[in-house]
Amino acid sequence: MKILVCVKQVPHKDARLEISSDETWIQDESIKFEINAYDTYALEEALRIKDAGEAEVVILSIGPDRAIQALRTALGMGADRAILVWDDALAGTDSLGIAKALAAVAKAEQPDLILTGLMADDTNYSLTPPMLAELTQLPHVTAVVKETQQNGDIVAERELEGGALEVVKLPRPCLLSIQTGMNDVRYASLKGIMQAKKKPLETKSLADLGLQASDVAPKVTLEKIFLPPRGKGAEIVEGSIDEIATQVVTKIKELGLL
Amino acid sequence: MMGCMDFSLGPELEHIREEATKLAGGFSDEYWRDKDERKQFPWEFYNAFAEQGWIGIAIPERYEGAGLGVMAAGVLLQAVAQSGGAMNAASTLHLSIFGMGPVVHHGSEEMKQRYLPPTARGELHVSFGVTEDDAGTDTSRIRTFAEPDGDGFVINGKKVWNTKAQQAQKILLLTRTTPREECEKPLDGMTLFLADLDPAHCEIREIPKIARNAVNSNEVYIRDLRVGPEDVVGEVGRGFRCLLDGINPERIMLAAEAVGIGRRALEVATAYAKERIVFDRPIGANQAIAHPLADCHSELEAADLLWQKAAWVYDQGDIAGGEANIAKLRAAEAGFRACDQALQTLGGFGYANEFNVGRYWGEARLMRLAPISQEMARNYIAERVLGLPRSY
Repeated sequence: MKILVCVKQVPHKDARLEISSDETWIQDESIKFEINAYDTYALEEALRIKDAGEAEVVILSIGPDRAIQALRTALGMGADRAILVWDDALAGTDSLGIAKALAAVAKAEQPDLILTGLMADDTNYSLTPPMLAELTQLPHVTAVVKETQQNGDIVAERELEGGALEVVKLPRPCLLSIQTGMNDVRYASLKGIMQAKKKPLETKSLADLGLQASDVAPKVTLEKIFLPPRGKGAEIVEGSIDEIATQVVTKIKELGLL
Repeated sequence: MMGCMDFSLGPELEHIREEATKLAGGFSDEYWRDKDERKQFPWEFYNAFAEQGWIGIAIPERYEGAGLGVMAAGVLLQAVAQSGGAMNAASTLHLSIFGMGPVVHHGSEEMKQRYLPPTARGELHVSFGVTEDDAGTDTSRIRTFAEPDGDGFVINGKKVWNTKAQQAQKILLLTRTTPREECEKPLDGMTLFLADLDPAHCEIREIPKIARNAVNSNEVYIRDLRVGPEDVVGEVGRGFRCLLDGINPERIMLAAEAVGIGRRALEVATAYAKERIVFDRPIGANQAIAHPLADCHSELEAADLLWQKAAWVYDQGDIAGGEANIAKLRAAEAGFRACDQALQTLGGFGYANEFNVGRYWGEARLMRLAPISQEMARNYIAERVLGLPRSY
């Protein structure tokens, strides 16, 4: 069984984020990065399937050179090999462009199972996993909190609103996007770290995947990111409880809120 | 680039730092404060590192270790110290990491095969038994004596400042086998044993102390402890030379840890100085607060390069005596000063246990005393590096 795990390198949760001067992203030159938290649960789930039987775990990421660190982390935790895709044309692409590049690798690798995180901590779109599934024509479910293998099928529990769960069954190959908290993510062992450097790590360009820059040209472009303006100062109401209540009611009436 | 120095740690050491930081990060300041206040050995922390194979970082691969050098061990221990576990966390691990150095370099093949794998797995704890009350830094004057008896020896004496003796099954014990007066050189006539820390013959008494209380320090009274010829590390009469293989790595690792603790204290102080508003502005806007923190940062950065250089020299196969003592001297000063300045920056709150810098401060203070005093490190540099006449 081959499991393809898609991971994204995102700014470290402790990194101090500042908006870049062109207001379309953050200043990311000197901050620390890590694997998107959602993706770590997907990786852990793949490693558990591997631990329970025969499986090859392949890590796939799209990102510049610095993303090699994320791949190495995953290899240190026990993944078997890693593929990094990068091309300058991918720098400004949108979710569909990313999904196309991932799909090109997935088509070449022909995995039995694709695992991704439900969303990325940095952009918060939750678009790439379903797009990747559609482009590879795989059945897929999102927000998975539990999965079991059953005679070539996968039975997955999904999280619904209000704490409810639903159980779905889908045949392999398929794609699951994983919710956080699904499992306890392991730490890399020192042995794992030592082995990581010997494991295959391929880098591929768009051309290697048979894609052109125009294939990943964005249809959605990021115009601006900003922090919402601070609200105006609050009015402090003082006095006894009765006086405060009277003033608050008067104020609400004045504002026409009642 | 020809002629350019590469100051990056490189991918593997960065990976080690990242993972060690992650694992140590699972143990909070509250955890360490609790362990320290209750004087409890941090088993959860130790076991977490043992399970992931970190204890064997410097043990050769053929004995189930990772076979990495002092640089890698320093990176690990610095990350651990910087996590907020400070000296408590580092001491929990570092003895297992460097302590068996003499066995790695001088032990018999049988001894290595028997004791190094369980050390690497984290199952075997070994205490270091060198220091004595009446000898102190003048190791030649130790009085613990191993008397020949049949094909083995019987040991009597007393050791002091035995870290982790309460957890240890074995003790690396430096003894005299020839009285000092009968030796050509004062440091001759000593023998190192890897002995059982047998409760029937070794009475352990804990030393109450100022700080680093999660890891015990002890006196060990040794009465009629029998050891066999197979327990000798290296050769009879040449024990002190075997110890040298542990001494310099220990100083280098301590230096790495001191920088780690200093950085942690500086992080806390800097965050506080940005947030604490007095007289309508953050106290960090005052140069009397900001400049000393800038000094501490620059001193820690300098010390960081010194221990890395020392580790690099040692890992190249040199004894690195000068580099190790220089790194230890400067890092101990920089680490303590950063903790002291952090305490000052936090003002009264720095004195409250809740803010943790007091704990860092107490533990960093130890770095100026151990494993060798700053004065003796200076003596080494003066005499051995600068070639000045011996002063004692």
